[in-house]
Amino acid sequence: MRLAADRAGQTKAAKQPSWGAAFTRSEALRGWTLLSPTTILMVVGLAAPLGIMLLYSFWKQEGLNLNTDLTIANYAEVSTKYYPVLLRSLWIAAAAAFLTVLLGYPVAYYVAFHAKNSKFIWLILLTIPFWTSYLLRVFALRVIMPDELRATPGAVVIALTHAWAAFAILPIYVSLEKIDRTLLEAAADLGDGAMRRFWRITFPLSLPGVISAMTLIFVPTIGDYVTPSLIGGGKPSTFMIANIIQGQIKSNDWPLAATTAIVSMIMVAFAVYFFVAALRAAARSLK
Amino acid sequence: MSAAKPLKKVGEKSWGITLFAFLYLAFLYAPMLVLPIFSFADQKVIDFPIKGFTTQWYEQMFAKEEMHKALWNSIQVGVIASVTATLFGLLAAKAITRYAIPGKGFVMGLISLPLFIPEILLGLSLLIILNVVSIPLSLLTIAAGHVLLCTPFAMAVLVARLDGFDKSLEEASLDLGETGWMTFWRVTFPLIMPAVVSSLLLTFIVSFDEFLLAFFLQGTEQTLPLYIWSGLRFPSNFPPTLALGSIILVVSIVLVVLAEWLRQAGSGGGKVNVGV
Amino acid sequence: MSSGDYIRIEHITKRFGSFHAVDDAHFSIKPGEFFSLLGPSGCGKTTLLRMIAGFEFPTEGEIYIDNQPVTGVPANKRPTNMVFQSYAIFPHLDVYDNVAYGLRKLRLPKAELDRRVKEALGMIRMDGFERRRADQMSGGQRQRVALARALVNRPKVLLLDEPLGALDKKLREQMQFELRMLQQQVGITFIFVTHDQEEALSLSDRIAVMQKGKVLQIASPRELYESPNCREVADFIGTMNFMPGIVKAIEPTVAVVEVEGLGLINSPLPADYSFATAGAEVLIGARPEKLDVVRGAPHPGEKGVKGTIGACAYLGDRNHYQVTIEGRAAPLQVATEQGDRSTLASFSPGEHVTVSWGDNSMVLLPKT
Repeated sequence: MRLAADRAGQTKAAKQPSWGAAFTRSEALRGWTLLSPTTILMVVGLAAPLGIMLLYSFWKQEGLNLNTDLTIANYAEVSTKYYPVLLRSLWIAAAAAFLTVLLGYPVAYYVAFHAKNSKFIWLILLTIPFWTSYLLRVFALRVIMPDELRATPGAVVIALTHAWAAFAILPIYVSLEKIDRTLLEAAADLGDGAMRRFWRITFPLSLPGVISAMTLIFVPTIGDYVTPSLIGGGKPSTFMIANIIQGQIKSNDWPLAATTAIVSMIMVAFAVYFFVAALRAAARSLK
Repeated sequence: MSAAKPLKKVGEKSWGITLFAFLYLAFLYAPMLVLPIFSFADQKVIDFPIKGFTTQWYEQMFAKEEMHKALWNSIQVGVIASVTATLFGLLAAKAITRYAIPGKGFVMGLISLPLFIPEILLGLSLLIILNVVSIPLSLLTIAAGHVLLCTPFAMAVLVARLDGFDKSLEEASLDLGETGWMTFWRVTFPLIMPAVVSSLLLTFIVSFDEFLLAFFLQGTEQTLPLYIWSGLRFPSNFPPTLALGSIILVVSIVLVVLAEWLRQAGSGGGKVNVGV
Repeated sequence: MSSGDYIRIEHITKRFGSFHAVDDAHFSIKPGEFFSLLGPSGCGKTTLLRMIAGFEFPTEGEIYIDNQPVTGVPANKRPTNMVFQSYAIFPHLDVYDNVAYGLRKLRLPKAELDRRVKEALGMIRMDGFERRRADQMSGGQRQRVALARALVNRPKVLLLDEPLGALDKKLREQMQFELRMLQQQVGITFIFVTHDQEEALSLSDRIAVMQKGKVLQIASPRELYESPNCREVADFIGTMNFMPGIVKAIEPTVAVVEVEGLGLINSPLPADYSFATAGAEVLIGARPEKLDVVRGAPHPGEKGVKGTIGACAYLGDRNHYQVTIEGRAAPLQVATEQGDRSTLASFSPGEHVTVSWGDNSMVLLPKT
């Protein structure tokens, strides 16, 4: 990378502008060269596959043949037949995200405002679960879950809440930590008690972290496969999007699977958009 | 926000919230403790009371040839994925922190995308494209998927380290006559080494524990999570699986603590670096 | 430019989009000169230095060092060495390895390497510091190590990017003195970047004053102070009273300028007075210490005008006065020496005085 630029610049110290000199003269160009391998990796690994998947959603699988005539039949099928599952996945993920953030907020608050010397330890302890096997954690939950509770959508929500618990805390912690403590002192000086200080100052300022945490949990959770499978135990009432897609792949209907994935992503995008907008509107009313 | 939750107290009376925080921590870790506890229990049913202590499940687990194969596969995939992801992450991190590039934010977002899209989307799209290009599924395809997933982690760790790195150190080396390549080896690399090792460890753990992509992109060979998954289908087989899970958990935790310690030590300590 | 020019900056421009960081810099530096680039933050002085070092490349123009073109040559191949603003001491190497860093590629025998490193350490008076590390040294010590590390490579030019900015005042003054001694001892060209005009004035053989990417004036410290060529330079170096006026006549050695409240001023003609034609608007500049305040008549041979003392400031060795002049809106700043104990040299607010000046107190500047 730089080596080539070195040699190029060296032999072209003459007055005429040349490619080599132009290359060394342009910082942006050198930077892009360094960035290109990773960018190409992501384009090939992400953009291209997602693009092809989009294409597949417009094709139809007929028996063993892939009919590459463009059609929106898949979209029609997904929107009607799988509508309940999509909706269920949405509310399960939303419930899990909401609960996780609700439970995690006080902990984040504690670490940000009350843990003086032990902050570092707390953060490490809260980060560790993030790095351990998701599969194992859900499995452990399943083991301790009583049989009666299992195989219901509610159980899936509980399991998801536990599995993603640590994820909620970090973003909320970061935004709480950033709050200038003198703002709270000023509010106290102007007559606010503890509760009012929280709702009028702390909470609104921590809202970006809350939104961030909810989105961080909501989006991946919708596509979760492990939890509905392990906790739901195969009962259709616990199926989420990923279970459906897995079934479609098994029956070799990849176009339909692609469509399901894309439709669910569109739904997620809308859901997140409306949710964030609603939360922002609610926050603005918290004068 | 529900105002009915009585524990959200603010201010002087901090004992309520302190209690909540500790309870939460216990709640977080408790299920994981279940694994080691019952892995030593002399019974096949996972339920209290515990009838006795035994190491038979560990012996059973260690004896299984399939487990050894799956473990070795996971290690291979993990090493390939972590080294590759760290390499790509390093190149990107250097480019981002050292050069003023137009469109930098966009590219950073693109590279971080795998962290924010549901894995099933990633898995399905990779499955499709591999089929289109007629590449057979195997450990290599799993590793490739993991590289995509792990590169954003590597990049984040390395950007955090390089950002706090005095740029003029590299310029000083060039000024003193070193080539760009040797500057990297004599100055940059020794100083970012802890972060590089940290990145290798973290990406290895991510790959080692990863299930969903492996599930979609697997060929004939299993990784360890896939092996565990097949064991979960049969409740009678739980105890050896618990044993395996316990060991994996312990190893993961040790590696994570090591990686985080390296990361803090490398960046000069002091402030708590929360950025993942 | 003559052949005695060691470093030639030829029409160097550096553009970022439409922003000119350096705008057509064109000058040369003599061998063995202590040359400073002086200006406020953002004026382009550091960018220009980095282009000489090879860390930035000009959008237009050429740079020559000792008659060799270096414009496209990367930093590691140039005969320059730099002392960075942050010193950039390698934290993972001790002082010895830091100083020896640039010598490694020469593959000198150990005895020779040792000798040169010790010689460099001796020059900065840090013998015995070989095994210390960066975090075990003070800012001043690190700065000297950075110097030694650069000089040990015997560069043709030493570039210094605001090296004394982080030091406290006393240490800075001491280091300024040491730097000057070092430069004369080693004999190579130093190019020094600073925003501190006192520092530049005390250290340099010549100074290039820059603002907004342009080189405004290049001259010796004395010439810059006494004969600035424009308001920006005059304002940046020291303080000055600026008085708009109209040229009434051009005589062989002086320009006769009418200034509000002061009447007709005779101002010596600068080297380039093409801007001063009859009837043209100009600026008359007068440094406060070149004016005087007296009771009664002006000094013999000098002109004067009546005024009233406004604000006073006692500075120990000097007094600063703001004098309101009849017929002038802006007061004049005058600085007088305290003098010895026997003279009564201070005035009080409200006193009626005369401001006195000679022709040589004035400077003719173009109107901005």
